[in-house]
Amino acid sequence: MLWLLFFLVTAIHAELCQPDAENAFKVRLSLRTALGDKAYAWDTNEEYLFKAMVAFSMRRVPNREATEISHVLLCNVTQRVSFWFVVTDPSRNHTLPAVEVQSAIRMNRNRINNAFFLNDQTLEFLRIPSTLAPPTDPSVPIWIIIFGVVFCIVIVATMLLILSGIRQRRRENKGPSEMEDTEDKWENTITIENGIPCDPLDMKGGHVNDAFVTEDERLTPL
Amino acid sequence: MDEARPLWATPLQFVFACISYAVGLGNVWRFPYLCQMYGGGSFLVPYIIMLAVEGMPLLYLELAVGQRMRQGSIGAWRTISPYLSGVGVASVVVSFFLSMYYNVINAWAFWYLFHSFQDPLPWSVCPLNGNRTGYDEECEKASSTQYFWYRKTLNISPSIQESGAVQWEPALCLILAWLLVYLCILRGTESTGKVVYFTALLPYCVLMIYLVRGLTLHGATNGLAYMFTPKMEQLANPKAWINAATQIFFSLGLGFGSLIAFASYNEPSNDCQKHTVIVSIINSSTSIFASVVTFSIYGFKATFNYESCLNKVILLLTNSFDLEDGFLTVSNLEEVKSYLASAYPSKYSEVFPQIKNCSLESELETAVQGTGLAFIVYTEAIKNMEVSQLWSVLYFFMLLMLGIGSMLGNTAAILTPLTDSKVISSYLPKEAISGLVCLVNCAIGLVFTMEAGNYWFDIFNDYAATLSLLLIVLVETVAVCYLYGLRRFESDLKAMTGHALNWYWKAMWGGVSPLLIISLFVFYLSDYIITGTLQYQAWDASQIPTVRKQL
Repeated sequence: MLWLLFFLVTAIHAELCQPDAENAFKVRLSLRTALGDKAYAWDTNEEYLFKAMVAFSMRRVPNREATEISHVLLCNVTQRVSFWFVVTDPSRNHTLPAVEVQSAIRMNRNRINNAFFLNDQTLEFLRIPSTLAPPTDPSVPIWIIIFGVVFCIVIVATMLLILSGIRQRRRENKGPSEMEDTEDKWENTITIENGIPCDPLDMKGGHVNDAFVTEDERLTPL
Repeated sequence: MDEARPLWATPLQFVFACISYAVGLGNVWRFPYLCQMYGGGSFLVPYIIMLAVEGMPLLYLELAVGQRMRQGSIGAWRTISPYLSGVGVASVVVSFFLSMYYNVINAWAFWYLFHSFQDPLPWSVCPLNGNRTGYDEECEKASSTQYFWYRKTLNISPSIQESGAVQWEPALCLILAWLLVYLCILRGTESTGKVVYFTALLPYCVLMIYLVRGLTLHGATNGLAYMFTPKMEQLANPKAWINAATQIFFSLGLGFGSLIAFASYNEPSNDCQKHTVIVSIINSSTSIFASVVTFSIYGFKATFNYESCLNKVILLLTNSFDLEDGFLTVSNLEEVKSYLASAYPSKYSEVFPQIKNCSLESELETAVQGTGLAFIVYTEAIKNMEVSQLWSVLYFFMLLMLGIGSMLGNTAAILTPLTDSKVISSYLPKEAISGLVCLVNCAIGLVFTMEAGNYWFDIFNDYAATLSLLLIVLVETVAVCYLYGLRRFESDLKAMTGHALNWYWKAMWGGVSPLLIISLFVFYLSDYIITGTLQYQAWDASQIPTVRKQL
């Protein structure tokens, strides 16, 4: 009698958890891709942990706080590693609706991933899309800050160059007009021969006149 | 002449100015494409022949004319013959067209440069869609780098008829680019002479760094082998020769009047023959050097994409047949595929349509040129390198230097005739003339920052300068040889520099180069006539990738 009941229970469980059953989800793990050499083997203990995580997720849903590990059923474990799971209600006759399981898993996805050292790509729940992390947007876009810095530097440099140019021109305009009062005019005009200007004698200060040979060079060396 | 003409402080500044003008974006993004299309290593044969026959003689001609006449393009041609002042005006107008649209590239380089200081790089990830369960649809269909270029940078409209509004972000970058150009040309040769040290040398530093990095990338040798294996049959293709001639012609920047302007600030005794040879050889070597870098990066990108493709196939098969994770590798993929096909035929035939045929050759064969190469393909390769921010900053800084260097030449071509003219320079000081030119160009350039701006850019890039320049240089050569007189020019040069003119230059100027230019001109003219309605590549969010639309 007891054996019959046992077989009946396992048969019912087997019916509840089947590939493509109602409210069942397929899970796929890629341990070697994620962890390489440090990949652990997938055994019944890991399955127990998985059931515990799913039960934990369901317990955080209002009205489902009584979910136990034994309510989570796994089946069809392949070498991949992939398997199907369902979550049953306390009577173990019906499975919980897929929508509830979906939202529970989505809420706690990060905790589940971390328990297995995996991420959204290596621990996949098919038909449960994961919420993608939005890119961090700073309040002021960074490029504007750098643009502002470069812009200011260029403007300041331009202003400096323009102002120094204006000042230099003002000095040049004042210079010849001052000199005209004190010195003779003819020294300031540039002599032009055949359309080519001769280099004017530099008036600004003491300047060695190269036309005159220095004392040392007058005598040719032996 | 009332005051002495401003001169370059040293001949080195002149050489650097010419190098920085000639070595521009075309060396980086056009030459590698041509090399790939026309036979790899064997393209160097027509390229070097054209350099010797067409590039060097025409460059020498322009530099000699500028140095002899000591005026900008308008004044120089008017001196040669009063009927030829139209040639000078034509040069100035073409330079004006070029500077209008060329600085937009610098604006885009600034945009990418400023965005390179983020982690992760904004073009490496797609933005999320509305309910955060997946990525933006347009980005999924294209790639993240294409999305960033077409949507975030350009915000491109589906066709040229829909102009859209001026985008303020590229507009700001354009204003900054023009301010920077103004800063560099403000004081004439005094400021330009110092800036060209940077714009000429820095790109080489960056290229060296990239060469070392590129050659050490995984898969770089694939790209290099693909590029340099010569395909000798391409030598018989006339298009290869035509493109080599065109590339040399436009790469040296002949006909714009910039070279005449730069040479006019030289000492009359400057040995421009030596400088011609130096500048043209450096320009061509830079093209080849840049294409080595480009192809090692291509190889890296192609290998990376090929391996991702293989990994996707492996994942697909592993998931469909529930094989053990890690069982399928690249080496046993083929045998396992045949085993699965025989063991589970029905299931295999279901999965088969989704299995892509991954091929390294097809990845390498995607030849891209122009802005697509710089802003889409290169950024895709950079985002997969380690410390991608550093490489990105270096790369766009180099693009900026190359672009600014060329802009300096273009603006010099416009400004030198203006400042030479007594009428204008008596009213306005040099700074005001430069400022006015920059302001006008910037205002018109805002057209290229509209949503349809990239289409206008493509049109200008393809058609603004081609035929005009060929005609201008043809008239220049014929004018100097036959109107002014080759003998007279020869004696002028001898008096100026002290060297006699080599027979080679005389032969080229008199016969070969004009014939080459005439044949190029005829080819392009007939090409335009035969093509009929002109077309452009449009980016439509509903039909990705790009479609050809008619103007």
